[in-house]
Amino acid sequence: MFSYVFSRMRVLILSLLFASFIIFMMIEIIPGDPASFMLGINAEPETIQALKKELGLDVSKFQRYLDWITGMLAGDFGVSYTYRVPVSELVLSRLGVSIPLALYAILLSTIIALPVGLFAAANHGGVRDWSVMGFTQLGIAIPNFWFAMVLVLIFSIYLKWFSAGGVPGWEKGILLNLKALTLPAFALALPQASILARVMRSAIIDTLSQDYFRTARASGLTYAQAIFKHAFRNALIPVLTIIGLQFSFLIAGAIIIENVFFLPGLGRLIFQGIVQRDLIVVESVVMLLVFAVVLVNFLVDMAYLVVDPRLRGNK
Amino acid sequence: MKIPLAFIIGCILSFLFLVMTIVSLFWIPHEVEKLNILERLKGPSYQYFLGTDHFGRDIFSMLMVGGQTSITVALIAVAVGMIFGIPLGLLAAASRQSIWDDLIMRSNDLIFAFPSLVIAILITAVFGPSAINAIIAIGIFNVPVFARVTRGAALSIWTLDFILSARIAGKGSLRISVEHILPNILSLLIVQGSIQFSLGILAEAGLSYVGLGVQPPTPSWGRMLADSQTMISFAPNLALFPGITIILAVLGLNLLGDGARDLLDPRLQDKIR
Repeated sequence: MFSYVFSRMRVLILSLLFASFIIFMMIEIIPGDPASFMLGINAEPETIQALKKELGLDVSKFQRYLDWITGMLAGDFGVSYTYRVPVSELVLSRLGVSIPLALYAILLSTIIALPVGLFAAANHGGVRDWSVMGFTQLGIAIPNFWFAMVLVLIFSIYLKWFSAGGVPGWEKGILLNLKALTLPAFALALPQASILARVMRSAIIDTLSQDYFRTARASGLTYAQAIFKHAFRNALIPVLTIIGLQFSFLIAGAIIIENVFFLPGLGRLIFQGIVQRDLIVVESVVMLLVFAVVLVNFLVDMAYLVVDPRLRGNK
Repeated sequence: MKIPLAFIIGCILSFLFLVMTIVSLFWIPHEVEKLNILERLKGPSYQYFLGTDHFGRDIFSMLMVGGQTSITVALIAVAVGMIFGIPLGLLAAASRQSIWDDLIMRSNDLIFAFPSLVIAILITAVFGPSAINAIIAIGIFNVPVFARVTRGAALSIWTLDFILSARIAGKGSLRISVEHILPNILSLLIVQGSIQFSLGILAEAGLSYVGLGVQPPTPSWGRMLADSQTMISFAPNLALFPGITIILAVLGLNLLGDGARDLLDPRLQDKIR
C-alpha cells in the first residue's frame, strides 16, 4: 500500500515539475518585457531598470524559474503587473466562485449519471436502454456553452427564474449564490453526465457476466439486490477513473462557461490577464489549474484504495 | 449482418455535413462577406432560408462556409495526432517494457494532466489567436490519444502467431510494425480518428467562441454563437441554428465512429448487447 501511495506521489510531483517548466518556457517566449510594457514607450531606461529590479526580473532565467516555484510553494504568486496587488489576493477572491462551481457541477453530473447508467444497464438491450443511450449521445454532442445560452434563453429570458449572469457575492447568503451558479453548473454537468452515464452503464454490464455476479444470483439474491450489492461497487472503479479524467475537461469548460455567465472566476481572470498582457497572472493561474487537475487525479488514485481492497494489501 | 440504425443515421448526418461544406466551396446562396444592413435580423424566409444576422448576412450561407473552418481545423488536428501518435504507439508496442515504452507512456500521462483549453489559452497568449494555433492546441492532445490506442491494439497483434512467423522469416521490429501491425490496426485507428475529429469540431467551436480560434471575417460556428449572445433575447435564431449545426455534425460523426467500431469488432457487440 505504501509503495502504491509513494509511486502515485512521484507521478504527482513529476507532473507538476514538468508542467511548471513548460508554462515558464512558454511565457518566456513572449517578446517584450513587462517592465517596459507597464511604463509605456516614453519611460527612461533607468526607471525601467528600477522597476525590473522591483519585480525581480533582473536575474537569470533559471533564478527566476526557481524564484517562481519557491514563491508559489510559499503561497506567493508575485505581484500583478496591471493591478499592482499580489496575484494570490486576486486568485483567492476568484476561488470563491470557481471552486463552488466545479463542485456543484461534479455533484450534479454524478447524481444524474449514476442512476441513469444503472437504469440503462439494468434494462440493457431494451427500449429504455436505447432511449437513454440516445439522449447521452445528444448530450455529448451539445457544446456546453451553447447549452448555457439556451438555458439563459429559457430560464432567464422567458421564464425569468434565474438571473442571466453574475453572482451576488457570498456575504449576501449561500442560497442566493447557489441559485446564481445553478444554470452554469447544469451547463457544465450535461456533457460530463452523458459520458459518465455511458461509462456507468458499460461498467455495470461488464460485471453482469462475471462469475461472482452469477454466484450472487445463485445464492438467492434478486437481480436488483445483486446489482446493488455486487455490480455497483465493482463498477465504481472505472467510474472513478472517468470522474478524475473529466476534471480536466471540467476546468476547461468552466473557463468558457464563466465567460457566458460573466462569473468572476479564475477563467475570466486568465482572459483579463491575456488581454492586459498581465503575464504573471496568466502564468500563475494556469499553473494553479494544472495543479488542481493533477491533485484531483492523485485523490482519485487514493480513492481506489477505499473502493478496491486488493490495493490495500502488503504490496 | 444487421446494420444498426444509429450507424445509418451517423452516415447520413456525416454525409450531409460533408456535402454542405463541399458545395460551399463552389456555391453559396448569398455572399458572406458583403454586409447588407437593410436586410438585418430577418427571420427565416424563402429568400433567407434560416434568416439573416445583425449585418444582414445570410445565416445558412455562413453555416455552410463555417463548415470549411471546422473541417479544416479538426482534420489537420487529427492528422497531427496520427502523424506523431501512431509511430510513438508502434514504437512503444514494439519495444514493450523497455525504457522507450515507459518514456512514451509516462509523457502521455503528463500531457493528459493539462486541461486542453488551458494549453490553447497559453499558446494564444504567446503567439496570438489564429486558426493555426487552434490546430496546434487541439493537435497536441490528439497525440497521446493515438499513441495509447495504437500501443494497446498493437500489443494484442504482437502476440499472434503470424507475427512469430514473420520474425522467423527474419523481419526486424520496424518492418513487422509497418508491414503487419499497422495494416491490422488501421481500421481501429480510423474509427478513433472519426471520434477525435468530432471532438476537434467541438474544441474549435469552443476556442472560436472565446475568441481564440479563427479571426474575423472568416465565418466559424463558434464565433457565430459568440456574436449572437448579446442578441439572444430578440433574435434567438442567431444562436439556435449554429448550435444545432454543431450538434448534428458532432452527433453524426460520433454515431458513425461508434457504429463502425461495433461492426469491426463483433466480439465487443456481443459483450455489450
